[in-house]
Amino acid sequence: MNRFSPLSRNTMSLSGEKSSALELARGRLPFVAAFFALAWLLVAMRVFDLTIIQGGFLRTDERSALATAESEQEPVLRAHIVDRNGVLIATTLKTASLYADPKLVLDPDSVAGGLARIFPDLDERDLREKLKSNRRFVWISRNLTPEEQARVLELGEPGLNFRSEPRRIYPQGNLAAHIGGYTDIDGRGLAGIERSFDEVLSAGAEPVRLTLDVRLQYFLRREMAKAVHDFNAVGGAGLVMDVRNGEILAAVSLPDFDPHDPGTADDSARFNRITLGVYEAGSIFKIFSTAALLEFRSASMAQRFDAREPLKRGGHTISDYHAEKRILTLPEVFMYSSNIGSALMGEEVGTENLRDFYRDLGLFAAPDIGIRESGEPLVPYPWRDINTLTASYGHGIAVTPLQIIAAAATIVGSGTLVHPVLVFDETAAGSHNIARNAADLRIVKPQTAHRMRQLLRLVVTDGTGSNADVPGYQVGGKTGTADKIGPHGYDRNRRISSFLGVFPMSSPRYAVLIMIDEPKGNKTSFGYATGGWVAAPAVGNVIAAMGQLLGVPVVEQGEGPDELVASLLKHVHKEEKHLVSY
Amino acid sequence: MKAFSRTDRSVLGRWWWTVDRGMLAALLMLVVVGVALVAAASPPVAERIGAAQFHFVVRHIVFLVPALVIMIGVSMLDTRWIWRTSSVVLGVGVLLMVAVLFTGSEIKGAQRWIPLFGFSLQPSEFVKPAFIVVAAWLIAWQKEKPDFPAWYIMCGVLYAVVVTLLLLQPDFGMTVVVTFVMGVQVFLAGLPFRYMALAGVGGLLMILAAYFAFDHVQSRIDRFLDPASGDNYQIEKALSAFRNGGVIGTGPGQGEVKMTIPDAHADFVFAVAGEELGLVFILILMGIYGFILLRGFQRLAGHERLFAVLAAGGILTMFGLQTFVHMGSNVNILPTKGMTLPFISYGGSSLLASAFAMGIVLALTRRQPRSGIARGGLTLRTKGKA
Repeated sequence: MNRFSPLSRNTMSLSGEKSSALELARGRLPFVAAFFALAWLLVAMRVFDLTIIQGGFLRTDERSALATAESEQEPVLRAHIVDRNGVLIATTLKTASLYADPKLVLDPDSVAGGLARIFPDLDERDLREKLKSNRRFVWISRNLTPEEQARVLELGEPGLNFRSEPRRIYPQGNLAAHIGGYTDIDGRGLAGIERSFDEVLSAGAEPVRLTLDVRLQYFLRREMAKAVHDFNAVGGAGLVMDVRNGEILAAVSLPDFDPHDPGTADDSARFNRITLGVYEAGSIFKIFSTAALLEFRSASMAQRFDAREPLKRGGHTISDYHAEKRILTLPEVFMYSSNIGSALMGEEVGTENLRDFYRDLGLFAAPDIGIRESGEPLVPYPWRDINTLTASYGHGIAVTPLQIIAAAATIVGSGTLVHPVLVFDETAAGSHNIARNAADLRIVKPQTAHRMRQLLRLVVTDGTGSNADVPGYQVGGKTGTADKIGPHGYDRNRRISSFLGVFPMSSPRYAVLIMIDEPKGNKTSFGYATGGWVAAPAVGNVIAAMGQLLGVPVVEQGEGPDELVASLLKHVHKEEKHLVSY
Repeated sequence: MKAFSRTDRSVLGRWWWTVDRGMLAALLMLVVVGVALVAAASPPVAERIGAAQFHFVVRHIVFLVPALVIMIGVSMLDTRWIWRTSSVVLGVGVLLMVAVLFTGSEIKGAQRWIPLFGFSLQPSEFVKPAFIVVAAWLIAWQKEKPDFPAWYIMCGVLYAVVVTLLLLQPDFGMTVVVTFVMGVQVFLAGLPFRYMALAGVGGLLMILAAYFAFDHVQSRIDRFLDPASGDNYQIEKALSAFRNGGVIGTGPGQGEVKMTIPDAHADFVFAVAGEELGLVFILILMGIYGFILLRGFQRLAGHERLFAVLAAGGILTMFGLQTFVHMGSNVNILPTKGMTLPFISYGGSSLLASAFAMGIVLALTRRQPRSGIARGGLTLRTKGKA
């Protein structure tokens, strides 16, 4: 060893330089120690922060992540869809699904035979092929009943196994099939709320609560189905809405289908006529054009419209179906549903005003109520003067039934814009103040709204809508009958007959719309298939049933005319023949 | 302990009466805790990679035996043999580090391992303490011969070689550790504070350079500074492990979050301890590490050899820094850096290298037989100050 080696004790103790270097080094050790003390303190403080200050309460997402990790075998069950009262519209049950691990199947032939006996719809030869394949996993049958499962277990085959699978169940069956929608076998939403709320539902959180009331849904569907049956119609669409806040209480599209098995239904049954189909509504639109006249021209009830001759404008002729062939007052035009009168009203309002008014009512754009089946209205473009005339009595413009009922609710309610609502707003809890409707966007003046209520009531007391009357509930409404467009223009024999009813008319609470597609007249309607004969009685029945159910106060009616319409009657020349109308 | 009498002159007897038994006890406690925590943390990891449930536990214990032998064995060496052994280990280690660049197996994006008897050996783990010892020796020798900086130059060249090899793997974390320890050694050796400040700035510049030179370093640091910028799965899990643990923990083996932490048995074993054993135990564990550090520094403060102060001080610094980085990245006050917790984390090379390193510290802090007399004033200053 070199004698200058630093390791030699001699040199070390003899070297002044060395020893001062040693002193320095030893003196500096505390700095290093201090550094580590500081670092330790930092870590300790942070651990204290994590365990004491943040500890104990895991963030909720962490908790759910923990829960997920624990229940990895059991998938999250898709959340319920419920109506406003919590009644199940869609729910998820755990069922057993049968699969095979062909490698473990001892005797494919006998197992195939046994399975074919349990599941008659499965082919024994296919089963044998599956069980002899080289894969480790083949589905045999999904969503077994408990009895089927028990019988499979009795086979005692180790290669057969179950996987717990959720199955979507719709306790209401067809009742809300179009709104609720349906899923595929793997639980992915394919239509309706199931589709548009797929993410929320599959997260398995809170149920999605709709504004529907399945009881009203039932009444509406029952009466519509009866009308469709009685008048041999191809289908129909109907809605019940709370006029004050736009909540959709019932929505039915016929024909409908079983959401458990949408595959077997045809396209017509799966088609959502409530929010996706657009239709020319006919005379119901006179609610909007008459309101426009009152709003823009402050028209008096005594104003007269010449309906003696068909109206000729720009090569088109507008005539009345059962023409009065006389000069009509404003209430008469409405209650007898004169196309000529309404066209003249539209003309007086003016093209620009009427178009803007319709747009403000929400007739030009599909409302968003949270389901993706949403039909864009067909609005004339460009909008010429002739379009103003036809749009005044509901032709040349096609909208969804949902748009019609929302626009009507806007006019007969408080006069502020009503947004239709389908998903229950928990914060508003059924009050008037649903967030979207709290904006108070005024569309018509209160006086206009009041006049319109009187006119609608008049239609039922003395006009085309008398079949919708329910004593005590002050029903008001408007009929509509629109010829459908066929290959050669409007087809006189294929029409959509509708009725929009509102009650109680002195302070409107509910609106009911029923549209029946291609009804044929029968004996009870004396061969007529118009809105007043087909849809109005159905609306009346719905109102009678729901009025009782919901406890709508009955208005005692004295002798003589209804006080709402009394002031109008002096402008009305009444004859006992007005049963049919557009 | 009655096995050895104080007058026992055998190797073992001398060792027993001179070695720092307090530090030895602390280290053995760490080993015991380590077995427990690896047993708690590794089964889910083993399951995930498809190994047997106690795969890592068994291997950890298998490594413990040679590790303890190495630690005790090295702690018996005298100063001269310490640097001789270290030189050999450094030489062989550097050669192996060159070799891994060409033949090493790549794990998680870095080439650091060479297969050895069915195990993967990470030579850089052993190069670290060996380099610290050799550097200390070179610096101490330079202090002896201040005329020409030949030893400093050698030291610098050696540092450059080691760091280059580390960066080629690439192993940025270990580069930082080696550089930091080198800095502490230079500081202990007497570099004036103003130069230390300069060196500190230089270190920061190097980290900045690495940030722009290495993509993975950049992404780690980005994710640390802005957690929203990328995937922070590991650290999120680690933090929720601590939260779930609370003051007294969920109890050994009862942790839930640990199941979902990747690398729970190695780079995130501190978080597992946090969840299962809670704040109280974490503080005890940190106390044990702190005790080892302070006890070591305290023994060195009374030491007579510059070499021992520099070498053992450097190794303790490395030990402390690794512990700090592991704990710090587990609680998210430092960017995530795959660094093991000495003596506790699973990892064969790390365990053996830690044992080797702490064996050196134990050896260098052994009580000097004649220290009492030597410090009593017999220091002869015949050479004087040049």
